[in-house]
Amino acid sequence: MAKYLLLKHYRGAPAPANDVPMDQWTPEEISAHMQYMNDFAARLEKTGEFVDGQALAPEGAWVRYDGEGRPPVTDGPFAETKDLIAGWMIIDVDSYERAVELAGELSAAPGAGGKPIHEWLELRPFLTAPPTITE
Amino acid sequence: MTQLNEALLRSLTPSVLTVLVRRGADFAAAEDAVQDALVEALRVWPAGPPRDAKGWLVTVAWRKFLDATRADAARRRREDRVEEEPDPGPAPAVDDTLQLYFLCAHPSLTPASAVALTLRAVGGLTTRQIAQAYLVPEATMAQRISRAKRTVSHVRFDQPGDVATVLRVLYLVFNEGYSGDVDLAAEAIRLTRQLAAAIDHPEVAGLLALMLLHHARRAARTAPDGSLVPLAEQDRGRWDTALIAEGVGILQAALARDRLGEFQAQAAIAALHADAPTAEETDWVQIVEWYDELTRLTDSPIVRLNRAVAVGEADGPRAGLAALAELDASLPRHTAVAAYLHERDGDPATAARMYAEAAHKASDLAERDHLTRQVARLNTRRCQ
Repeated sequence: MAKYLLLKHYRGAPAPANDVPMDQWTPEEISAHMQYMNDFAARLEKTGEFVDGQALAPEGAWVRYDGEGRPPVTDGPFAETKDLIAGWMIIDVDSYERAVELAGELSAAPGAGGKPIHEWLELRPFLTAPPTITE
Repeated sequence: MTQLNEALLRSLTPSVLTVLVRRGADFAAAEDAVQDALVEALRVWPAGPPRDAKGWLVTVAWRKFLDATRADAARRRREDRVEEEPDPGPAPAVDDTLQLYFLCAHPSLTPASAVALTLRAVGGLTTRQIAQAYLVPEATMAQRISRAKRTVSHVRFDQPGDVATVLRVLYLVFNEGYSGDVDLAAEAIRLTRQLAAAIDHPEVAGLLALMLLHHARRAARTAPDGSLVPLAEQDRGRWDTALIAEGVGILQAALARDRLGEFQAQAAIAALHADAPTAEETDWVQIVEWYDELTRLTDSPIVRLNRAVAVGEADGPRAGLAALAELDASLPRHTAVAAYLHERDGDPATAARMYAEAAHKASDLAERDHLTRQVARLNTRRCQ
């Protein structure tokens, strides 16, 4: 088994086919989208492949260390930041092919007009722990 | 619960489960009932452990099974055949445990499902423990296990199975790198010992020897900061000599039967490493010969890659690079091996570049950190 992260982007991903922003959808279309995501997660739990799913607020801050005895510095958000993560799902699957298949299904979540968004999702493998037997 | 109690509890799991199955319970329901009994034992045994642990487990598991069946029967009216508690039946045959291994490693299961089912039904681990060991939510692991049970529900319990599939599952458990509350390597060894007691088979012995020989090096494999220590740099004084002696003994007895298999060959390589007082004294010529055997047995590209490393040690880095050149460069660790051989061939610039490339491609974190350190070491040395 291997774990993969499916990343959804607010921005930074290539434009999807059904490129109408969510704030221009009808309430029913938003509900249908959310329902699709929840059903997808529930189905993966049933197949024993679900690990985690979380959504992130679009607004955040940059934080850094500012030296001994000083409070951390916060800044941003910076408009020029290209990549903005919207949320993620973590899956634990038998193969890369299965991960791609599931990402494809998630990308078919309905958007405006009830049509699939064809949203680009980023698929990233987890680094694993080392195997016991190496030679 | 004391460790002794938990070990006892878990060692009894397969025989309790087979008692239920022989009394007529179907495997999936029996397995659920045994799991419920284990959870109850973990709860109540610390306060008052029973005198007859197995009898207690059988009684409680059977009651759980009847409760569940009755609840079911209320809907489905199929209660009659299990209403009366039958006689305990004949003493459990060793063979029953073996059947359980076959069922849990059935070829219709995916590797991950077979691993999970084996750890629960044969190993007696709780769903929560298995979920923690594999870093997934308990609900996900519970579903994985119940799907696995549905998948094997058509398989007759007394159907003969294939030892090779069982060995692959146990190998996977042993090789799982995660360390949580459950020591999967130790659990794999326990289950393989139990299997070796149930069936006389040189490859079962070979796998057990392989596990023991690798487990013997465990303390020396990681530095205090958690980083990987390569075999050549390990403090051999920290290898567990008792485990090595046991592994070598088991391997020799298996090899004497002249039915060589891949696990015996892998164990032979591990034994040659274990036998060398220092890395320099390793018998690389013999190791290459064993890799040749392994290549004949498995023809795995990974084996060929490891063989190239051994050739590099036996016949020099040029020979190793030549062996490597015959292999697909996209193989995992191919670049890392090339980097190592180039460094030994006196070309630190190429080695550093290839180590950096290998670090970028590494699929495990400790390996990536190790490769990054090699780049840093070579670059620092060259700048001085």
